[in-house]
Amino acid sequence: MSVYNKIKGKIHSFQSLGTVDGPGVRYVVFMQGCNLRCGCCHNPDTWNLNDAKTYTAEEVFKEVCRYKEYFGADGGITVSGGEPLLQAEFVKSLFVLCKEQNINTCLDTSGSILNEEVCSLLNFTDRVLLDIKYTNEEDYIKFVGCKLSKVKEFLKVLNERKIKTTIRQVIIPTVNDSEENILRLNKIVNEHPCVDKVELLPFKKLCQTKYDNLNINFPFSNLPTPTEEKMKELNNLLK
Amino acid sequence: MQEFWKGFVGGNWQNSIDVRDFIQKNYREYTGDDKFLASATPRTKNLMQKVNELFKKERQNGGVLDVDTTTVSSLTSFAPGYIDKENEIIVGMQTDSPLKRSVNPFGGMRMVKQACEAYGYTLSEKVKEEFRFRTTHNDGVFRAYTEEMRLARKCHVITGLPDAYGRGRIIGDYRRVALYGVDRLIEEKQKDKINLANGDFNVETIRQDEELFQQIAFLGYLKEMALSYGYDISKPAKNAKEAIQFTYFAYLGAIKEQNGAAMSLGRVSTFFDIYIERDIANGTLTEEQAQELIDDFVIKLRIARHLRTPEYNELFGGDPMWITEAVGGMGEDKRTLVSKSSFRILNTLYTLGPSPEPNLTILWSNQLPKGFKDFCAKVSCDTDSVQYENDDLMRPIYGDDYAIACCVSAMKIGKQMQFFGARCNLAKLLLIAINGGYDTTTNVKIGPQMPVLEDFSYENVKARLEIYIAWLAKLYVNTMNVIHYMHDKYAYEKTQMALHDTNVHRFMAFGVAGLSVITDSLSAIKFAFVTPIKNENGYVVDFNTTGEFPKFGNDDDNVDLIAKEITHKVITELRKTPTYRNAEHTLSVLTITSNVMYGKNTGATPDGRKAFTPFAPGANPMHNREEKGALASLNSVAKISYEDCRDGISNTFSITPEALGKTEEERVNNLVNILDGYFKKKAHHINVNVMNRETLLKAYENPEDYPNLTIRVSGYAVNFNKLSREQQKEVISRTFHECL
Repeated sequence: MSVYNKIKGKIHSFQSLGTVDGPGVRYVVFMQGCNLRCGCCHNPDTWNLNDAKTYTAEEVFKEVCRYKEYFGADGGITVSGGEPLLQAEFVKSLFVLCKEQNINTCLDTSGSILNEEVCSLLNFTDRVLLDIKYTNEEDYIKFVGCKLSKVKEFLKVLNERKIKTTIRQVIIPTVNDSEENILRLNKIVNEHPCVDKVELLPFKKLCQTKYDNLNINFPFSNLPTPTEEKMKELNNLLK
Repeated sequence: MQEFWKGFVGGNWQNSIDVRDFIQKNYREYTGDDKFLASATPRTKNLMQKVNELFKKERQNGGVLDVDTTTVSSLTSFAPGYIDKENEIIVGMQTDSPLKRSVNPFGGMRMVKQACEAYGYTLSEKVKEEFRFRTTHNDGVFRAYTEEMRLARKCHVITGLPDAYGRGRIIGDYRRVALYGVDRLIEEKQKDKINLANGDFNVETIRQDEELFQQIAFLGYLKEMALSYGYDISKPAKNAKEAIQFTYFAYLGAIKEQNGAAMSLGRVSTFFDIYIERDIANGTLTEEQAQELIDDFVIKLRIARHLRTPEYNELFGGDPMWITEAVGGMGEDKRTLVSKSSFRILNTLYTLGPSPEPNLTILWSNQLPKGFKDFCAKVSCDTDSVQYENDDLMRPIYGDDYAIACCVSAMKIGKQMQFFGARCNLAKLLLIAINGGYDTTTNVKIGPQMPVLEDFSYENVKARLEIYIAWLAKLYVNTMNVIHYMHDKYAYEKTQMALHDTNVHRFMAFGVAGLSVITDSLSAIKFAFVTPIKNENGYVVDFNTTGEFPKFGNDDDNVDLIAKEITHKVITELRKTPTYRNAEHTLSVLTITSNVMYGKNTGATPDGRKAFTPFAPGANPMHNREEKGALASLNSVAKISYEDCRDGISNTFSITPEALGKTEEERVNNLVNILDGYFKKKAHHINVNVMNRETLLKAYENPEDYPNLTIRVSGYAVNFNKLSREQQKEVISRTFHECL
């Protein structure tokens, strides 16, 4: 039995048309399980590693291949979650298969886990969508549950390996919608030439029902979504 | 070269009627982008403003502005009409006043009477008297219908048949009038008539001989009609303005003569482009004037109207004419058939605003130039007014000079025509089969009589269903034979057939509705637990379905292949019964808006669909059963074979702008990739709507705020406000692929 049939991944769901998680038209795999508990998380249903269907890398790869015709020059597969790095070995197997077929691979992660398996996965990753949730340690500890320094360490590895990186940040009113925050983000970006794109995403509360259904408290439920003007203003500060 | 053809490259087109050869020898492909396009001139804006005011009056007047109840529509029965004579470049309309509808009782008198009454008019005694001793198509059909045919109609297992109105779906090669002039066309038809006289005379040839007589006569009337507007169309067009005007006259003649369901235009834009480029080259036309010509032509198409009944609107909502214009595509020599005028005609959606008509249909190929693909995608995102069909799938079958009749029916222009046949209701057929030949919604006994099905194993249900498919197929073909025999006899399309080769290839186009309902129902029977619920008379009227089953629209072969298998079975059975005039059997998966009406007449189904609720349109998966996103849904539909469904497989796709991409550039790129991918999968057709459900909800509540909201529904586009409330609700309930 090949390795691709042996390792099983715990998967939350699939989305056959993804256009906002990486360049072009993408098939998105949402992995189950997360090591963080971010206040702004819009997929609380992916946290628990235990309740999920399992698939082999080969099975998922066969699914992905059904959509190859749509990928065009830029599209491909994106593995998101949850936190895909929790199942780095599985994701690596999937990416190896994809790369053999020239399918562009994209990893959507918080960058909070760095080990041998993760490094090995990065060998088969064309692009990383790295969520830098805040730009200071206090907020990370308060709202995320890991250290910013850990994420920076991950970014450093991406930079050394010259892996194209998109930095993404959810803009949450009163938490990180300040000018200083964007300036600090700029600094991080400038120190890492691998970053070729920065996306500021407006905080949304469409996930409220998910929290309600799961009986979990949504910590930011009282915060508003940022105005369009605010988003424009912050985007203008990016360089 | 004669004066009107000066500057053209000669060829076979001069020796015989061969528009394709003229196009191939003379057109210039355009591989650039949309930057050259001109915007609307003040003249165009003023004229369109006047038309918009008329549209508003028409809406306020309940959907019909005026009806002339005393004059039967024909090529020469109305004096010339104008919107604003001094400011019109292309002239001609159906009656003597814009948006005024005429009566056309050749298809059937009852429909005309009802239509007049529905809008507060009474058909004049004069017209009734004129038709007292005439047989209409409708009279003829009902003389020959058998009892079983009447029952099939009554219980709605076959519905929408063109037995009381014009069949339509025939595309005259209207370009011939511009290229050759009418005299030459008459000359060629006379030659054909003489050739016929050299052979044996039998039913076929005598009929053909009389038809040629009629064709020649109507070409004469066409000249007369054009003369009333001050144009002599006996000779070929001399310039772009005349080419467009003459082509339009030919189309106008056809819609004055016939009120067929779909009166499609063909493929005129690249043909026009040859004349436009010639005029631009010799300095007699500017880009702005070229756009004006196309704009004015399109304005004329937008005011074309037929008088319909409310029942008809239930089937074909939104008052459509299906003035379908095929745009783009590739040539057999690998050059693209995209010209600057392909852009110009799409540009009318900006110069004149979004609109359902003409039904602009992009013939999509992976080889299309990038500039054109991008422009099409942009037009879709901005206007929701165009549809796409797979040129790479159709070109090998129909060559590179085919067009689309109605929504999805391909045919070689001037060489092929079809006998339109609406559709049968597959979901109802399943229920009739289960009840052993009894329809519980109309209490009609029909088909082979058997005991109500007791054993609900998949094999057993399938075997029973196949008996009924075979029965219905035979009945369906024979019914169509009656209809088209009578239509040829009493309402033959003289103008349109005069613009065809004398020897045409005929298709007989059958159709199915409720494909995703029957597919999911069979999947439920196969993979879940389905228990029938009977009424007091022992007939099954509902189902208790428990457990999971795969649903069409999720790219799951377990269920998708059931859909493929059913369509294959239906066409195979249809082919067993010979057709009138040896037409080739074809099948479509298309409903127009009749999916609402079909659903209303169909009881509960094993897939969990409640009794009397709408089906999904065309080949669409049932609303909101798609769990794996948009592409999975597209993949499911792409599996239905075009080989089996040569008359087209319609899919309507709605996506929110946010789900398509973050910026306009991304949305355009992504839509191009989606279309490329879908058609590489050998899918046939897609309607694209890029919009939010909220917009539709707002338009539903406050229609006056959205006078021009255009939306693609099933093979065509409608003004949302022209749909019935029921049809609007169904459109709102469809799946919108969203970004979560």
